[in-house]
Amino acid sequence: MKSKKIALYGLFIALAFIFSYIESLIPIPFPVPGIKLGLANLVVVVAMYGIGMKESFVLSMVRILLVGFTFRDPSTLLFSFAGGIFSWLMMAVFKKLRLFSMVGVSIIGGIAHNIGQIIVAVIYVSNTGIIYYLPFLMISGLVSGTLIGILAALVLKRLYKYLLNEK
Amino acid sequence: MKKNDIYLICGIILLIACSFLLIRIFRSEGSRVLIMVDGKEHKEFDLNDNITYEILHDDGEFNVIEIRDGYVRMVEASCPDKLCVKHNKIHYNYESITCLPNRVYVRIVGGEESELDAVAE
Repeated sequence: MKSKKIALYGLFIALAFIFSYIESLIPIPFPVPGIKLGLANLVVVVAMYGIGMKESFVLSMVRILLVGFTFRDPSTLLFSFAGGIFSWLMMAVFKKLRLFSMVGVSIIGGIAHNIGQIIVAVIYVSNTGIIYYLPFLMISGLVSGTLIGILAALVLKRLYKYLLNEK
Repeated sequence: MKKNDIYLICGIILLIACSFLLIRIFRSEGSRVLIMVDGKEHKEFDLNDNITYEILHDDGEFNVIEIRDGYVRMVEASCPDKLCVKHNKIHYNYESITCLPNRVYVRIVGGEESELDAVAE
């Protein structure tokens, strides 16, 4: 069982890593820092429901570290970690509460990711004016969160039997 | 999807609409341009100036800011993402352009104050 877990970790991290790469190739037409497709979040959501809470957190952190040192400037790591941790935390809480389906949890994750980044940006540039970006970032989080939630549900439906055997 | 998801989406859309509305209602004409680097005040200009100003950072990075006809924009920057250059021109109070990689923050300030000053004069 342990080797299967290791294999799953490797598979998911590789997938999240590739998604981040694909995402870095797609230009975003909006001049607001922090707007992203959040493709890698798809892997985190699928892992959260398919493998486990703890595993999805490790996956998310390892991905951010790898991506920060390859496709992005390591100076953006701080923002990525803030977004990643806050997003995971909110998704974990709302998943436990069972108020929403995967789509709702994914939306909360997307928006929390942006809020986490904004908070760090406000501290980093030490100015509160950046908060004005928040409405734009919330739109981005809502749209990408919805799409990723729907996708994650579709993916999980097909992967369930392979993932859950593991425990 | 659950029914709650729909409520969540509607709630968030409402929240976004409200924040845009609030920004629109409370926006006022600016009068000065404040440039901050590394969280510290770097330089201040009048919004009515017509100038091009270049910020040279210690590490060789740069940002070029243009003020023209009461609007401010970033014409050039050495940052990798160029988000600041793509940003729309700013004019209203509290509007800002941020270049996170170079830690540059350009902001419009002092709308109301200038009107009071004008009255006092």
